[in-house]
Amino acid sequence: MTWLNTLRSAGRARFAELGFPKVRQEDWRFTNLGALERTLFLPASPASALVAVDALPSVTPSHRLVFVNGGFRADLSAASERPDGVIIGSLAAVMASHPALVEAHLGQRADDAGHGPLALNTAHLADGAVLYVPKGVYLDKPVELVMIGAGGHEPLSWHPRLLVVLEERAGATLIEHHFSLGDGAATFSNGVSEITLGTGARLRHYKAQRENAAAFHLSTLSGRLEHDACYEGFLLTLGARLSRNEVRLVLAGPGAEAKLSGAYLLRGEQLGDTTTVIDHASPRCTSQQLFKGVIDDKAQGVFQGKVLVRPNAQKTDARQLSRALLLSDDARIDAKPELEIHADDVKCSHGATAGDLDEDAMFYLRARGIDRDGARALLIGAYVNEAIAEISSEPVREAFEALADHWLRS
Amino acid sequence: MLTITNLHASVGDRPILKGIDLSIKAGEVHAIMGPNGSGKSTLSYILAGREGYTVTEGSVTYKGEDLLALPPERRAAAGVFLAFQYPVEIPGVSNSTFLKTALNAVRRQRGEAELDAMQFLKLARTKCKQLGMTDEMLKRAVNVGFSGGEKKRNDILQMALLDPRLTILDETDSGLDIDALRIVADGVNSLRGPERAMLVITHYQRLLSYIVPDHVHVLAFGKIQRSGGKELALELEARGYAEFGVNEAA
Repeated sequence: MTWLNTLRSAGRARFAELGFPKVRQEDWRFTNLGALERTLFLPASPASALVAVDALPSVTPSHRLVFVNGGFRADLSAASERPDGVIIGSLAAVMASHPALVEAHLGQRADDAGHGPLALNTAHLADGAVLYVPKGVYLDKPVELVMIGAGGHEPLSWHPRLLVVLEERAGATLIEHHFSLGDGAATFSNGVSEITLGTGARLRHYKAQRENAAAFHLSTLSGRLEHDACYEGFLLTLGARLSRNEVRLVLAGPGAEAKLSGAYLLRGEQLGDTTTVIDHASPRCTSQQLFKGVIDDKAQGVFQGKVLVRPNAQKTDARQLSRALLLSDDARIDAKPELEIHADDVKCSHGATAGDLDEDAMFYLRARGIDRDGARALLIGAYVNEAIAEISSEPVREAFEALADHWLRS
Repeated sequence: MLTITNLHASVGDRPILKGIDLSIKAGEVHAIMGPNGSGKSTLSYILAGREGYTVTEGSVTYKGEDLLALPPERRAAAGVFLAFQYPVEIPGVSNSTFLKTALNAVRRQRGEAELDAMQFLKLARTKCKQLGMTDEMLKRAVNVGFSGGEKKRNDILQMALLDPRLTILDETDSGLDIDALRIVADGVNSLRGPERAMLVITHYQRLLSYIVPDHVHVLAFGKIQRSGGKELALELEARGYAEFGVNEAA
């Protein structure tokens, strides 16, 4: 396909020009990709290893797409044909079956961010996942993407692309589950997601990332919300040596609504970066963000949240809150909330707090017989669950609570 | 049961307790009365094991054991219970989760079998009923949005569940109206018994009309200035703490 080759060559040229971001760039000043850049990664070949799919226990997906080292594994996936025009499949398969659809949407959203990792993903564009829901169709069961990293003897990289298109008044729930099988050499997962929500469309998009301590995980999401569209996103970060979730949402139509939350639990020498840009480009849109971090040992959390309100975006309601719990003297959080407001009739708030566990609460619990570790686990669990409570899907909420609880007990 | 000998303690460089001697036997109820800043709360926190206080001299023996050597959770398991002046709010933790975790932690340390969710709920409901409380407060987050009276009753419920031997009530009357005070006092009185001792710490005599002590001690300037029977409380109510050199604005 010539258009695909053109896209890839443009990505290659763009990456040659940009390279990996450097800490002297404002958007990347807290997240040093030096170790990533110094590692020579080989492109992963479609892994044939037999793997057990570790799905989220309390979630029953309608469709599951499984990828090992970025390569689609039809043998592990469950995706059936649907009569209602819904398309769920690997990017390679859908490119073959519905080339016009893919051509119309691929690369449309992801140009704006324009940084090196995004260009690198485009240069390697080969596989990933597609979710297309036609006008008025509502998928009641979630679609699950299982992204498994199976490290080998040599560092491996993959660059999955996720394409989500919900037409007018369509609805879906999408769960991403990223994890590693055992240990091994370094891995580099460099995902890009492009999301288009038509008028009144509603997407719930939940992601859990628990890759191993040798993993680098970069993810760039670009979304566009039309009139009255609604995006509810949640990012649970438990794994990877270095991870960055970058989410850019354009509220393009009046009344669009973005609810974006997350929790990152970091220990050892992990770095977890959450970067969000919410672009209020139309009147009467709302955005709500709550991110909570738990940072132990020498780990580092990064939160950069920008809210841009364009001149015509009157009656904007934008709220953003970043909170971090620092459990050791060497733990660190760099928070940079940013408001850029060009309209006058708006409600905007943002806040960033960092602190340690409430000593009064610790003593209260211990005075009732609960030991120090038990009291800490109870308080941290409650703190994290406050963010997880933002997830409106009950089975996903319970599954994510269980993942966070497992982290606290390990 | 409890023997405090020549206890001196400081917060930072500031001495607060300057030689406390006190002995409490099983079945007894002692009251410590004193003006603000006399060291009442410091004493209760030291007995419960709060960090941030330095014992510079003296000892505290509980059932023959060095109480000060134990972390707070071990003291709770050994039967020491502090009813807080200001029970702490813990958002995100349900009261029943908290109570069950605490009860099972204490049972584990006492070598007793842990209760499962059903057994716990049954016990908690029974205790609520005995104390005249609705079990609705089990579902709410710990003390969050509770009135002053509800917080204190929640503490008494914890006391009933954990079955302590020595209970320290730190200014239990503060922030309570007379009806709430009566309910809390009834709860405390229902838990009196020959095997239990209580130390009631208060500024005012009012509480002692409802929880009648066997012995009353006056604490001022970090020392027990005078000890007597329950009539000493009434005397203090009438005359104030002036005779101990304390000048309190009315």
